[in-house]
Amino acid sequence: MSMLLRNGCAGRILKSGAVRSMSTSWWKHVEPAPKDPILGVTEAFLADPSPDKVNVGVGAYRDDNGKPVVLECVREAERRIAGNLNMEYLPMGGSIKMVEETLKLAYGENSDLIKEKQIAAVQALSGTGACRLFADFQKRFSPDSQIYIPVPTWANHHNIWRDADVPQNTFHYYHPESRGLDFASMMEDIKNAPNGSFFLLHACAHNPTGVDPTEEQWREISHQFKVKGHFAFFDMAYQGFASGDPERDAKSIRIFLEDGHLIGCAQSYAKNMGLYGQRVGCLSVVCEDEKQAVAVKSQLQQLARPMYSNPPVHGALVVSTVLGDPELKKLWLTEVKGMADRIIGMRSALRENLEKLGSPLSWEHITKQIGMFCYSGMTPEQVDRLTNEFHIYLTRNGRISMAGVTTGNVGFLANAIHEVTKSA
Amino acid sequence: MASAMLSLASASPSASLSLQENLKISWKRGTSSRINFLGSDFSKTKSFTRTSMTVAVKVSRFKDITMAPPDPILGVSEAFKADTHEMKLNLGVGAYRTEDLQPYVLNVVKKAENLMLERGENKEYLPIEGLAAFNKVTAELMFGADNAVIQQQRVATVQGLSGTGSLRLAAALMERYFPGARVLISSPTWGNHKNIFNDARVPWSEYRYYDPKTVGLDFDGMISDIKAAPDGSFVLLHGCAHNPTGIDPTPEQWEKIADVIQERNHIPFFDVAYQGFASGSLDEDASSVRLFAARGMELLVAQSYSKNLGLYAERIGAINVVCASSDAAARVKSQLKRLARPMYSNPPIHGARIVSNVVGNPELFNEWKEEMEMMAGRIKSVRQKLYDSLCAKDKSGKDWSFILKQIGMFSFTGLNITQSENMTNKWHVYMTKDGRISLAGLSSAKCEYLADAIIDSYHNVK
Repeated sequence: MSMLLRNGCAGRILKSGAVRSMSTSWWKHVEPAPKDPILGVTEAFLADPSPDKVNVGVGAYRDDNGKPVVLECVREAERRIAGNLNMEYLPMGGSIKMVEETLKLAYGENSDLIKEKQIAAVQALSGTGACRLFADFQKRFSPDSQIYIPVPTWANHHNIWRDADVPQNTFHYYHPESRGLDFASMMEDIKNAPNGSFFLLHACAHNPTGVDPTEEQWREISHQFKVKGHFAFFDMAYQGFASGDPERDAKSIRIFLEDGHLIGCAQSYAKNMGLYGQRVGCLSVVCEDEKQAVAVKSQLQQLARPMYSNPPVHGALVVSTVLGDPELKKLWLTEVKGMADRIIGMRSALRENLEKLGSPLSWEHITKQIGMFCYSGMTPEQVDRLTNEFHIYLTRNGRISMAGVTTGNVGFLANAIHEVTKSA
Repeated sequence: MASAMLSLASASPSASLSLQENLKISWKRGTSSRINFLGSDFSKTKSFTRTSMTVAVKVSRFKDITMAPPDPILGVSEAFKADTHEMKLNLGVGAYRTEDLQPYVLNVVKKAENLMLERGENKEYLPIEGLAAFNKVTAELMFGADNAVIQQQRVATVQGLSGTGSLRLAAALMERYFPGARVLISSPTWGNHKNIFNDARVPWSEYRYYDPKTVGLDFDGMISDIKAAPDGSFVLLHGCAHNPTGIDPTPEQWEKIADVIQERNHIPFFDVAYQGFASGSLDEDASSVRLFAARGMELLVAQSYSKNLGLYAERIGAINVVCASSDAAARVKSQLKRLARPMYSNPPIHGARIVSNVVGNPELFNEWKEEMEMMAGRIKSVRQKLYDSLCAKDKSGKDWSFILKQIGMFSFTGLNITQSENMTNKWHVYMTKDGRISLAGLSSAKCEYLADAIIDSYHNVK
């Protein structure tokens, strides 16, 4: 009945064979969705005809010529796998080899947890897919739980847990005045949350702020988590990109593991192996023992089956080829360091440029922050000016993707930022 | 602290559980539930809390999770792999095999991949809706490039994770914009359909489809059930090569199905996973969808390239929503994107590039059509051989002609669960428990063996 009412004259009955005039639609009530705040930036950038345009929006690495990069180790892997393998369905849990190598990165080459088979792990659709699978798993098996999300965080985190129907809370993270970590408030929130709460933590290179806890701070956080019995879910999308060394970037996770936490972890190869569009990642959940890990894995597969049946093979093959060959793995590590170093260099350059221009503001945070992003502190209005007057594209929260900064555009960028902020 | 805890335990001899067990119970739910221990309010005893939390952190909040049942379809392949018997035969999952029972990478796919390798294209994120070139060719393949719906830009097309992912996006759209509306699915249907709608929280009910007496279509039952459903229901139809039965409506029957759907104001929703595999012709296999579109109906179509381009593991497909206007199509597309973003952000690129290179290149497209005919042809010939073997070996007079009438990769044998189990346990023939066999996994060399197994299971097992 409500269908008829909703669709008004679409309820007319037609004689068979008559073509109905399509003046009304089932989809009348569907509104246009707002543009995605991050991916919408690239769309706008692409549509801009200006020759001087700069894209520092999405977190996708660019070389010093502003071009996307396919890593050498990846090209070599693709040469090796081209044509000689069929495309049969992967098992529902994905490529076993890829998952094995991926766990080593997060948990350590010689991890006891891996040896004891305590980790339930499945290949996932990059970081997004890993988070979504976990959110659905959390909803199904801890239906009364909520997720505590840092402020700010990657915008899509909110979408993911919302669509998974898991209620959200926030905890303090970024301290705008110092453009650093609001550690005291963060610890307060951790203490005040009900025992056994689920927390989303960025393992390294926090997105969008680039602000990470120090090692000592991570230890305190881990201890407080123990006291409160909280569950730590790590989203690690930038392993290797923070310091240039994947082992170092996994420190937060290792601290938690040392303290005996049974964590969850989402990993992505989008950035650190440049496999963005291949959608390769991994979701892992640490369990008490092998038996439990087998059960949990089976349930993760059960959630994946009605979403996409089994994950895509190509990217997984690339990863397992690269990480499974010591030479290629070494090459990869060099290339990751190269990318991280270029970004660190650009951070220095941007800061120096702004200081040379005589900016009244402090830009120390540019070099203190870590990873791909710089949380500039600019307001949405200032960002709009950057876009409208200078054709510089970034997200309205003032987040600059340093990966899009080059020796060619850093001067232009600094000038533009100075222009819009000098009277702030 | 610890000693305080222990003395508390020993002070109450009535506590039959150990300290450890009590703590484990207290963490069962993994939430902030009140904890009662030895009759006292646990949460009030602060020092107690800190010490016990340190012990409890090793206890998983997912303790009580039980093993999920093996997937009825994908689980079959896993069981097959574990079997060491020399005569074993995998007729489980619908994945095409050559006469040598090897997986088959189409020549056009190899060519496309080489082209891609030479070009050395980057791996940047696709837009949320997928590769534009792919979306264009996939809609054209489905509807025909000169079809009104395409000319008038009335189709919202979004690349999806093969058929499953495309169905799931559509289901999520249905749940969000038609809350409470149900989807009618055929009885039987592909096993994963129910999982998809369940997980998307879309209510479903079944319409009669398979008639065991005739091993054919229960057309009257189908029409009757579609008629009886609340108006404005979604009706899930298999565009061609129905899975698992292989029984398709005739063109005349499709017209009548369209009639009743229009009468009842339902929305047709086609799952097209086998375009090209039914008759061998891509266009012919699209005729049911095109018939509905020609009537000016709004409809949904999920497509998959797993089988017809052999791209199974690349997970490439699309969801198409044909709308009354280009404005509606634009809005619907934007909302499909909004559903995809928190699922996987954007779809995988590799398979999309392969498809757009094959379908978008006239030479490769023609070559594909030939390979398609070859694959469909092989299946038709093993159907014939199986039928011939059954007729030759079975003296009971049973009519096996349904094998020839059924279309596509699958045959619904009519074997029940126990009989299907006999196929596996005694004959090492792996199939799904609903009696479905995938002829794509059958070689002409094995037809006689299979015939023996079917005859034995049918006649000697109840």
